[in-house]
Amino acid sequence: MLTGYLRPTAGTIRVKDYTINEHTLEIKKLLGYLPESAPLYYDMLVYDYLDYVANMRDLERNRRISRIRGMGDLCGLNDVMHKSIGELSKGFKQRVGLAHAMLSDPEILVLDEPTLGLDPNQIVEIRDIIRRIGKEKTIILSTHILSEAEAACDRIVIIHQGKIVADSVTETLKQSVSGESTIYISLKNADFESVRKKLGPVEGIVSLMPIGQEDDTLNVKVTCQSSEDLREDLYRRIKRTSWILLELHQETKSLESIFQELTKES
Amino acid sequence: MKQVIHIFEKEFKTYFVSPVAYIVISIFLLVTGWFFFMTFFLFNQADLRNFFALLPIAFSFVVPAITMRLFSEELNVGSYEILLTMPVTFRQVVLGKYLASVVFVVALLIPTLAYPVTVALLGELDWGPVLGGYIGAVLLGAAFSAIGLFASSLTRSQIIAFITGMAICFSLTLIDKMLFFLPQILLGILQYLGADYHFRNISKGILDSRDVLYFLSVSFIGLYGTHLSLQEKS
Repeated sequence: MLTGYLRPTAGTIRVKDYTINEHTLEIKKLLGYLPESAPLYYDMLVYDYLDYVANMRDLERNRRISRIRGMGDLCGLNDVMHKSIGELSKGFKQRVGLAHAMLSDPEILVLDEPTLGLDPNQIVEIRDIIRRIGKEKTIILSTHILSEAEAACDRIVIIHQGKIVADSVTETLKQSVSGESTIYISLKNADFESVRKKLGPVEGIVSLMPIGQEDDTLNVKVTCQSSEDLREDLYRRIKRTSWILLELHQETKSLESIFQELTKES
Repeated sequence: MKQVIHIFEKEFKTYFVSPVAYIVISIFLLVTGWFFFMTFFLFNQADLRNFFALLPIAFSFVVPAITMRLFSEELNVGSYEILLTMPVTFRQVVLGKYLASVVFVVALLIPTLAYPVTVALLGELDWGPVLGGYIGAVLLGAAFSAIGLFASSLTRSQIIAFITGMAICFSLTLIDKMLFFLPQILLGILQYLGADYHFRNISKGILDSRDVLYFLSVSFIGLYGTHLSLQEKS
């Protein structure tokens, strides 16, 4: 809707002083858009395509050439400029899409799943590009891959069934929901009863739970309030016993679990 | 206006980058050439009446084949989304694509100029009806393009677009040949609807404003329908 592809059935969207129903053209000019899985004209050459897009966006000749060059450098397209888009790999198509979105140097970039279907190297590359541009431009990135959002975004809005369930800066979002954090401990030569006795009294612990015993190794899940870091305290106590500490790690809540929590509640 | 030209350029180029253009043009030339010259020497008359008589039927197959990909392909691949998010209006999109198709029809007719030239070498050719015929052919092509474009905007499948377009064009061509089934009162109206009827008038060399108006209004209705169907989609 924001990009002018769909019409809102109710309500309106405002970008700067423009509303989408009256100033569709003006808003379209401000935006650059990369649709999901970058559908493109497969018969066209990459250069022709970018030239066409530049023309459509009213860039004058000199600027057009320099922008296409610039996008070629930025997105690593220079080697494929004279291939037809249909021949390109998924990653390159995505990059052509990205170049298309950024060609007119828009103030706002809307990217829908920009790293979908790419291999890990390409994901890192595209993310790099996004972050580089993000320094100067507003980027709206829509994605289902939360690690992606975490890596690239300053502010996250989670929408569940058409309603905003969370909207805040990435860091605050991570802290706000997770009132508790979890520490996993693996111990050798220990049984759960004595562990409970020794570690139970530590301040800040909400609960202790055994999560399995293999041979002589005991795994314990410790739930505690996230305001304090208990790892040091726990280690000191374990050191005094004859148990052998195999593993101790703290799990901060990932965006995934935050997302699950938020969408389950509503 | 600039946008219309850019869309036109892109669409027109795409025709000639892919094999579509060459296939359509060769088939058209082959069919019309064969049917025209098959009887030409039997009649022993230096005119192109038979060629122009053939055109409406040939066009009702060829023109929808030209226009079928214009919207269907974009809807199917999804590039329609890209097109719409560029700073263009529906009207510009429709006009650009329409223009590409009309110019393609003109390009299709250019090689057929060899026929009148050949005929003129063989005997006395009256150039009046030939000129009228070509003007009529362009008008007819434009009207059918608009219909084909409309058919293409209805569906994602190029084949369905082609068949729908062809069905409409074909009925418009043949409608005045079916008239003997119908009562006298309807005759005038239905005859006026027939594309072939108007085309025949023009290709006799008579440029009547009624005939021109007919083709222009069919074009307009087709384009307006396309515009509506696109608006419906968003």
